[in-house]
Amino acid sequence: MSSTYLVVSQARLDLRIVLRNGEQLLLTLLIPLALLIALTLSDFVSLDVPTGVSRVDAALAAVLTVAVLSGAFTSLALSIGFDRRSGALLLLATTPLSRTGILVARSLSTLIVVLLQAAVLVAAAALLGWRPSVAAFGTLGVVVLGSFSLGALGFALGGAVRAEASLALANGIFLVLLFAGGVVVPASALPAWLGAVVQWLPSAALGDALRSLLAAAPGAMGLDLGLLIAWAALGVLITARTFKWD
Amino acid sequence: MPAAVIADVHLAYGRAVALRGLSLTVSQGRVTALLGPNGAGKSSAVALLAGLRRPRSGHVEVLGGKPGRYAARQALHVMLQEEGLPTGARGPEIVRHMARLRGAVPSADEAIARLGIDAFGRTSIRRLSGGERRRVSLACALVGSPRMVILDEPTSGLDPRGRSLVWEIIRELRDQGTTVLLATHLLDEAEALCDDVAILSRGRCLAQEPLESLVSSGQEQVTFDAPLRLDLSGLPHALPEGCVVNEAAPGRYVVRGPVDPRVLATLTSWCAEHGVMPRNLRAGHGSLEAAYSRLIAQDEGVE
Repeated sequence: MSSTYLVVSQARLDLRIVLRNGEQLLLTLLIPLALLIALTLSDFVSLDVPTGVSRVDAALAAVLTVAVLSGAFTSLALSIGFDRRSGALLLLATTPLSRTGILVARSLSTLIVVLLQAAVLVAAAALLGWRPSVAAFGTLGVVVLGSFSLGALGFALGGAVRAEASLALANGIFLVLLFAGGVVVPASALPAWLGAVVQWLPSAALGDALRSLLAAAPGAMGLDLGLLIAWAALGVLITARTFKWD
Repeated sequence: MPAAVIADVHLAYGRAVALRGLSLTVSQGRVTALLGPNGAGKSSAVALLAGLRRPRSGHVEVLGGKPGRYAARQALHVMLQEEGLPTGARGPEIVRHMARLRGAVPSADEAIARLGIDAFGRTSIRRLSGGERRRVSLACALVGSPRMVILDEPTSGLDPRGRSLVWEIIRELRDQGTTVLLATHLLDEAEALCDDVAILSRGRCLAQEPLESLVSSGQEQVTFDAPLRLDLSGLPHALPEGCVVNEAAPGRYVVRGPVDPRVLATLTSWCAEHGVMPRNLRAGHGSLEAAYSRLIAQDEGVE
């Protein structure tokens, strides 16, 4: 058996299990969808939209960031936590699929789910009046990089602490980042003392990069991408050093 | 060459010491029972052989090499006590997946049919009963062509029919030449199925012997069941020299000593005189249960 075949088989099973869990999937999709509509149609949140940019552009940038955060970070950390608790990772570790293969398969299925969610959000944004531009093509690349970065951190969190603790932390960190992580409200629009810290977070880096692309927000995109790569490296390093299988 | 060796292994989970110098050998093509009270180290031994834990010190070898290497993961199939089935999957789906990972897709249907997994094939693992999950878990361990199978408490939670099916499967595995390591706390299971027995207590192996020799190393005895707290006062005098009788467990009486036909005759006539019906009257070597209790009691007495 080639290891690629084993990894693809495992990713297919992981994906089937996620897609079958309809309620969960709906919930993870419903939150960013509702947010997209609310942000576009009302101005209850200041999106810091530059003049000449429509609200839906900025809203799409925000909800894509939410989708990557919830899909690649939170859902991944939760699934790792559950599978550690049930012993599912241990059972897989006794099969010909290598341990690295188990993690690569889970990364693949996670990325596919995030891309599916992003596709639904982009379609919904189009219905709300969003029009793609050339710069928007970079969006796909940034979504993939952001998934990689937050996914690496999801593995790090899911595998480093006790399984029960990782379940609680994954949800808690998601909520904090959602409201004050530079996701919806850019770090530059937060109180200065908070923004100074938040701008270094991966959620803010991803949010800013997507805003630069989609909503012509000012800012150094190179720095944001560099930050995402640095966080990805940190996530991989923590995972390699501390990942526990049960 | 033995199928697996654990030599002087120490293992701890944080501060909790699980194994203190465990040594045991699993012979090829035989069924070895791993017995011991809760916390004796059975599952830790399983984790070592499956390559899921590395020992703090000591040596572990499986099928001629390091546990957890690719060849070992290919040839050694493990059924874990905690099962480890993904809760969102369905039974047949996960069995087929395990078969695919081992390059043995065709073997899945047979295992699914044999263990009756199609009967609940549309239900996700999290909604199955404990016994149904056990069946799925066992099927996962059987698909493919293992050289060795480790089963950790395979019959816990199974109904009597499921249990006898598992016994039948284990006997077939042995007949095919597959090495089986069976971790269990059910002594009747071990006695019915195993060639060799290893008894663990507090992280060490107290005895490892063929079942026959372990059982026959016990004294000859006669056992029978009767009402609680019989007045046995006259009986020892009637029995031949050297025989002792006592109530070993509530309602279970044991005569130890040089057991011969006269002992049985004396015993039954004493029972007749006293109006006692000796139920389950049995003469012979001690059972595995007797050997087990003796070893565990000795070990705990040492403390």
